[in-house]
Amino acid sequence: MTMTDDQKTFALDDDSVVVVIGSGAGGGTLANELAQQGVDVVVLEAGKLHTAADFLADEWGAFSQLSWLDPRTTSGSWRLATDFPNLPAWIVKSVGGTTVHWAGASLRFQPHEFQALTHYGEVAGAELLDWPLSYDDLAPWYDRAEQRMGVTRTNDNKGLPGNNNFKVMYAGAQNLGYSCNTGHMAINSTVRDGRAACQQRGFCFQGCKMQAKWSTLYTELPAGIATGHMELRPESHVARIEHDDQGRVNAVVYFDADGNELRQRARVVAVAGNSIETPRLLLNSASDRFPDGLANGAGHVGRHYMRHMTGSVYATFDEPVHMYRGTTMAGIIPDESYHDRERGFVGGYEMETLSLGLPFMAAFFNPGAWGPDFTQAMDQYDHMAGMWLVGEDMPQATNRITLNSDVVDRFGLPVANVHYDDHDNDIAMRQHAYAQGRALYESVGARDVYEVPPYPSTHNLGTCRMSERPEDGVCNGHGQSHEIDNLFISDGSQFTTSGAENPTLTIVSLALRQAEFIGQQMREGVI
Amino acid sequence: MISQPLSRKPVSRRVFLKASGGVLAGTLAFASGPIALLAPSRSWAMSLDHLTSRQGEVLLAMTRKLFPHADLEDAVYALVVKSLDGKAADTATAEQISSGVSELDDQADGDWLALGDDERLAVLQSMAGTPFFELVRGDAVVSLYNNPLAFAHFGYEGEKGNPGYLSQGFNDLTWLPDPPQPEAGYLPFEEPSA
Repeated sequence: MTMTDDQKTFALDDDSVVVVIGSGAGGGTLANELAQQGVDVVVLEAGKLHTAADFLADEWGAFSQLSWLDPRTTSGSWRLATDFPNLPAWIVKSVGGTTVHWAGASLRFQPHEFQALTHYGEVAGAELLDWPLSYDDLAPWYDRAEQRMGVTRTNDNKGLPGNNNFKVMYAGAQNLGYSCNTGHMAINSTVRDGRAACQQRGFCFQGCKMQAKWSTLYTELPAGIATGHMELRPESHVARIEHDDQGRVNAVVYFDADGNELRQRARVVAVAGNSIETPRLLLNSASDRFPDGLANGAGHVGRHYMRHMTGSVYATFDEPVHMYRGTTMAGIIPDESYHDRERGFVGGYEMETLSLGLPFMAAFFNPGAWGPDFTQAMDQYDHMAGMWLVGEDMPQATNRITLNSDVVDRFGLPVANVHYDDHDNDIAMRQHAYAQGRALYESVGARDVYEVPPYPSTHNLGTCRMSERPEDGVCNGHGQSHEIDNLFISDGSQFTTSGAENPTLTIVSLALRQAEFIGQQMREGVI
Repeated sequence: MISQPLSRKPVSRRVFLKASGGVLAGTLAFASGPIALLAPSRSWAMSLDHLTSRQGEVLLAMTRKLFPHADLEDAVYALVVKSLDGKAADTATAEQISSGVSELDDQADGDWLALGDDERLAVLQSMAGTPFFELVRGDAVVSLYNNPLAFAHFGYEGEKGNPGYLSQGFNDLTWLPDPPQPEAGYLPFEEPSA
């Protein structure tokens, strides 16, 4: 018995449905919200349906089970192109998308981050832009998102209990005059919404077996199905979106689990395939009328790829830490997230506890390394504390998802190439963040401090960005494409700029807001 | 996935008679270490399906040089050899290993294992970045650290089952002061005080 067994189904030639592509934070939330309004929705998800019972407390095992491992290629000066040339991103191909894997950090963007150009001014080499919506526009939707996701330290949800890794971070934060707590996390700190409290299992990234961490897999998707207005089709890999003579999208062509090519008719199409697959799909949907791909009249589809400035600092101590015990990321210092050009960069960054198990620590500590420096760090694994640094990165037009026609997937479709060059701003911010992380741990008596390079990207943003003017981006402030009224972007691809914060809460808030807009437009017969 | 414990079967005659398959064997160096607690006996042996005994010995010694943990048992390094032996089912990989081991020997007047520690390392450094070197390094960085023996050695406890670490030490660090509430949060059944 799975959640799809008794669900309402829709015919392939039913042209009244909204087709949502992707079932993660954006797609899963949008689909449920539309279904709650009585709108019929078909969700096409490329991944399989894995339930919480299937999850593996085994880093490599879970990685094989859940990750998007279809071929991709990379280029650019970023280190990932060398270390993991076919794995630019660490995201999920499974029902629930990357909400299965995410750590749960649920931070609002700061008001100034919606107006990056206004507040930061021009930055050479970056195409900064203000969002077409303000913090105040999104604030009521942040309220709703925090409520439905059960974000701790909001809505009377108490904070998660701090683990050993948090204790080290907190002590260092005190020494440096930083504020620090166990964070705003979409993880149950007590039984709530029919889901258990966090049991501190330490495998947030591998899928939460207790379902304490919010994921569309066991919240939005079953809720949407329960309305009788939503059908979820796992293992449905979308190949292209089609349009009619008026240039309005009207069908989605996909491959099912057996490789059969199917065509689902549609009244509206919403794309939420993450910031690599979403532009790939629009580019792969090129037609005579749209020779450069859908919604790409201004040439922005795939451009301005952002993946956040990231890095990690791990430090070892005389006494044991056992950082891997408990919630992976429940410890946040927001004090460096402000903007002040005097620091040598624009935008800011967050400092968040992070731990990796022994297998992934070996794989990601210093990819390609060998010898005594590496093994000396590993020898101190159980005496190690760690943090992740995540900050705003710059939208560069040349950081870009393109089609690589030399490499095709198993359906014969060109794969995505991910090109990324670090901006000087990213480099300056990373150095600042490394130095602060180091100072924090040294103040607690660290023995060795290690600056660890970025992992394959989990925050993929900006490749179909929102803009006030059609010539500056792909979609408007509701994620509606400038070029095609009934085509929507519903994931992190919409982000005009990246902000410093983990993006999921903002993706969910935008999806809730977009659902209301689409519902209204449909009722009014505009789309 | 390299998760099986050491083979404790006696080496059968059949293993020795196989044309290509070799065997790796050894004795635990530390009678009281965490690995000894997991192992029922101090001697261990591991049969190889595709590699020769000598290739296995060279790969084990090479892995020890690449990832030197002074106190880590050979029995754990042997799991890297086991993993590479599995990959050698592919004939191209088997050939890469065979020629790589020959190359090591060629640079050591015929027997890389006869060299002293520093000389062994010098030969390896000269081969860094070659496909053979990367094959071994890339396998070892996964297989050496992804098994229960390594978990025990390095102090990683992995999964504690669904009860998790909540009652099994997630916040047992005592060498720093406990952070105050509300910053440090609350246990599931703990009520925040007003």
